[in-house]
Amino acid sequence: MRWGVEDVTVLFGERTALAGVDLAITPGTVTAVVGGDGAGKSTLLRVCSGALRPTQGTVRLPPSERIGAMAEIPGVYRDLTVGEHLRFVADAYGLSAATVQSRSRELLGRAGLADTADRLAGHLSGGMRQKLAVVLALLHRPDLLVLDELTTGVDPVSRAELWRLIGHAASGGAGVLVATTYLDEAERASEVLVLHAGRPLLHGAPDELIADATGLEDVVIARQLGTPQETVA
Amino acid sequence: MSAIVADGVTRRFGPVTAVDDVSLEVRAGEVIGLIGANGAGKTTLIRMLLGLLEPHAGRVLLAGLPPSRRTRRRVGYVPQGLGLWPDLTVAEHLGLAAAAYGTWARSPDDEEVDRAADRLVAHLPLGLRRRVAFELALAHRPDVLVLDEPTSGVDALARARLWEVIGRTARDGAGVLVSTHHLDEASRCDRIALLADGRLIAGGSTDELTDGRTAVRVVTPRWQAAWTRLEKAGLPVLPAGRALRIPGADPGQVAELVADDAAEVVTVPATLEEVFLTEVAA
Repeated sequence: MRWGVEDVTVLFGERTALAGVDLAITPGTVTAVVGGDGAGKSTLLRVCSGALRPTQGTVRLPPSERIGAMAEIPGVYRDLTVGEHLRFVADAYGLSAATVQSRSRELLGRAGLADTADRLAGHLSGGMRQKLAVVLALLHRPDLLVLDELTTGVDPVSRAELWRLIGHAASGGAGVLVATTYLDEAERASEVLVLHAGRPLLHGAPDELIADATGLEDVVIARQLGTPQETVA
Repeated sequence: MSAIVADGVTRRFGPVTAVDDVSLEVRAGEVIGLIGANGAGKTTLIRMLLGLLEPHAGRVLLAGLPPSRRTRRRVGYVPQGLGLWPDLTVAEHLGLAAAAYGTWARSPDDEEVDRAADRLVAHLPLGLRRRVAFELALAHRPDVLVLDEPTSGVDALARARLWEVIGRTARDGAGVLVSTHHLDEASRCDRIALLADGRLIAGGSTDELTDGRTAVRVVTPRWQAAWTRLEKAGLPVLPAGRALRIPGADPGQVAELVADDAAEVVTVPATLEEVFLTEVAA
């Protein structure tokens, strides 16, 4: 395993947020974590971005400056412009002005955000803000990219742009981990982990998991119906 | 009878035409999916259909009548933000809705919602909050049901259950309009309307919309190299599990580009999402 977690458990007081989760993140691939509200996705992604130390288990990550992360609620400031965001993140990572300029132009172009450098983030649509957050996570060419709720509330065109952005990062050798509630979207990843109530429900390559079913959704529903439903407090 | 009729509906905000000459019909017993890019005009259109916003041109009929407080009684609506009060209980919500619609409060159809009757909405998980919002929208047996992104954030099983409710409501005779960002959900609708830049760009059933449309699927052990070549050629390549897919591409051109990557290149039927992306790009 290059990066990832082994047998990770996270307790918040009495509550078990994650129990016995294994996940390998391979450089040059996209891995998706799927589950509904309260499944443990965000907790796992916080562990995988180094933001949360698990109660138990092994975590292997690159050094923190080689990780690019986007939290469940993207850290975009409404009263900064797109350009100010890029300069702020570039300064935090100590990137040179020339690198930042060419890299920003390339990423904004790919994200469909060219010509937005002077716009306030607060005036962008939800989809555009989400794309900006991913651009910021990618700016320093991280080896590991960890993106929570990649496309929640994002329209289909922006969603395709986001998948092209992360596909491009993976094609350049980055390991990419995304969380989503949507199984059709998870089928784009080369490896999928489905979580339910903090435990792994299914894990594998989408086409192997789907086998004879019509889609990943049917497989997950069948498995979920066979699992006792835990009441969420 | 038609649940909703929109005829040449237009709405401008200053210099921006948010909805431009849109005509749409939702018949009784039918589920129509409304799909659009952000800023496509979906929410503006829904607000006009509900009578919350006046069109600048064209007209709207709800259950055969122009939108008014009277027609509002025939409409059930679940807004994107659900429209619930965190510090009221589920039972208080049901009582409030019954009073507003002038109907009798009755126990909910959904057993889990019923069991949560005395709990504050703020204390319910998101999936259950959505079911409460559905219950409120359906409690007065509307002829028209309008749902704005009804399943965002819920897991597969909860989503399947919400779609069961949508299907049952239509079978009971209501006309249902569902807006969604997710094209796999749209494919559960009887017909789909695709909206871009305020205009209706395509409409029909999933089969009609995807008929004859193709994508090119590329499987290769050297996917990173293949991705780079396809992307450099300006093709709209997307990851698809351990393969790559390019909607609407020419298989000959793709095969030539990835000739050095030991790739298997096949033409496959396009998904609804791929058709949408190709239509919007055009």
